[in-house]
Amino acid sequence: MKISTQISVETPESIDLYAEPAGIVIRCLAWLLDQFVIAGVQLVCFILLSLTGAAGWGILLIIWFSFSWFYSVLFEVLSEGQTPGKKWMGIAVVNDDLTSIGWGTSIVRNFIRFADAMPIAYFAGIITMANTKHFQRLGDLAAGSLVIYRQTENSLGGLPDARPQVANFPMGREDQLAVIGFAQRHNQLSAERQQELANIMGPLLPVDEQHRVDYLRGIGRGLVG
Amino acid sequence: MRQQDFELQYTALWLDLEAWLSTSRWRWRKKKEQEPVSEEFIARVPEAYRLVCHHLALAKKRRYSPHLVDRLNRIVVGCHNRLYAGNPRFRYQWLRFFIIDFPRALHDNSLYVKWATILFLIPGIMLGVLCYFNPEMIYSVMSWDQVREMESMYDPSRRILGREREADTDLFMFGFYIYNNIGIAFREFAGGILLGVYTVFVLLFNGVILGAVTGHLTQLGYYETFYPFVIGHGSFELTAIVLAGAAGLKLGVSIISPGHFTRLGSLREASREAVKIVIGAGVMLLIAAFIEAFWSSKASTPVWVKLSVGAVLWALVLGYIKYMGRRASMMYARVTDGSE
Repeated sequence: MKISTQISVETPESIDLYAEPAGIVIRCLAWLLDQFVIAGVQLVCFILLSLTGAAGWGILLIIWFSFSWFYSVLFEVLSEGQTPGKKWMGIAVVNDDLTSIGWGTSIVRNFIRFADAMPIAYFAGIITMANTKHFQRLGDLAAGSLVIYRQTENSLGGLPDARPQVANFPMGREDQLAVIGFAQRHNQLSAERQQELANIMGPLLPVDEQHRVDYLRGIGRGLVG
Repeated sequence: MRQQDFELQYTALWLDLEAWLSTSRWRWRKKKEQEPVSEEFIARVPEAYRLVCHHLALAKKRRYSPHLVDRLNRIVVGCHNRLYAGNPRFRYQWLRFFIIDFPRALHDNSLYVKWATILFLIPGIMLGVLCYFNPEMIYSVMSWDQVREMESMYDPSRRILGREREADTDLFMFGFYIYNNIGIAFREFAGGILLGVYTVFVLLFNGVILGAVTGHLTQLGYYETFYPFVIGHGSFELTAIVLAGAAGLKLGVSIISPGHFTRLGSLREASREAVKIVIGAGVMLLIAAFIEAFWSSKASTPVWVKLSVGAVLWALVLGYIKYMGRRASMMYARVTDGSE
């Protein structure tokens, strides 16, 4: 069995798109950040409007109402699935075919938040998230939405300048991929970790310990072309 | 083809698409310094998208590095989202919603509307009758304080003496009705996912309380203050509570009895319809809040004016639901040719 939570969706162009669903903890953090934003804005409104008497209280109630029901809806639809909290945590809401979320879907998932929060502290939502394959709470199940990681560009900073090499041992496709990955991520991994990884290959490589990393990088370069 | 040659050959196209993806769909979010993507390129986007799909497939097949595959996948996902997204802009959609979508959803789900009406009206009428014939009955559903407060609100002797509410308090009450009533309706809908239990509870509860109050005040002889006050906004408010209940019931029933679908699929289908009903109910409650705060509370308006305006509003609401619903449903069936 493949232990992976990755979601793949086939498009009409026969391409499989994939995405990584976001888990409970990161979603809770995003929710918490949003609560801070909401509390902050409401506090400011409260200070400004409480001075203006009964009419101010009326407006304050309307603001409270709008925030508690429409904060997430507006941000999710107008800002490509991301409330400020989700944006900071790098996650986003999408339909389960990975397209952007619309008004109806967003309203369903955010209104049903009320049922998710039952009986206390999002108990129902957390239980459902823990028991569904893609970490969906009740609102997500009803709306057909998912929370996924927004893939961010991670620049690799080019290939290392090692002399291209031809491997002195046979390599399968998976092996080639691993070695290319090793070369491309040369400035993401610490030197010690790279040495450690290279040592696994140790017996196969025709060089002494200090030059194993360079040699592997060289093979990687040679493979990329 | 080696990966680097492949990248060199197509990077220009990928960069163009990435530039297009980084522009916002929203005019007010356009960044100043960003160079606008040319019209010619936008016209070529679908073609470019198909090419990149091809590149992604090739990159996967040829086992190019995960970094390149990720980048291509990111472009493809982005384009897919843009090209297949619905139009989230309002423009005329709200008009379509009130002429077609909302009344059609009501008409096609009239079974749920009927049941919600029954769950609301039966306890209402029962308690109304009970409280009318038995003055003590009201105390079994409301506390002594609540009864006293409610009685003093509609006491005819106080009304005549008391001056009109100031505009200030009108605005406060408007905010309060929005916060309270629309919140109730939205929760009534959301609670439907708990197998409809919560929705049924809200319907019964509101039926009981409103019925009891009506019966009790009628029995006290306060009808000259009570009925003119409630008839206007009642048209929108009571109907909307029932409609939000129908939306909640639909969610609940879809899980309990999914028919040909899986339970999950059935819930999804149901929520798509139910959300239309609940949005409509929300707007109706907004109108109700406005009427209640700025019209119903005007003590100076003669009773007969209030009653006739109220009657017209009731006729409008019920007529809209009945006739617009049937018309929209027929129109919709003709347009989609029964394929949906």
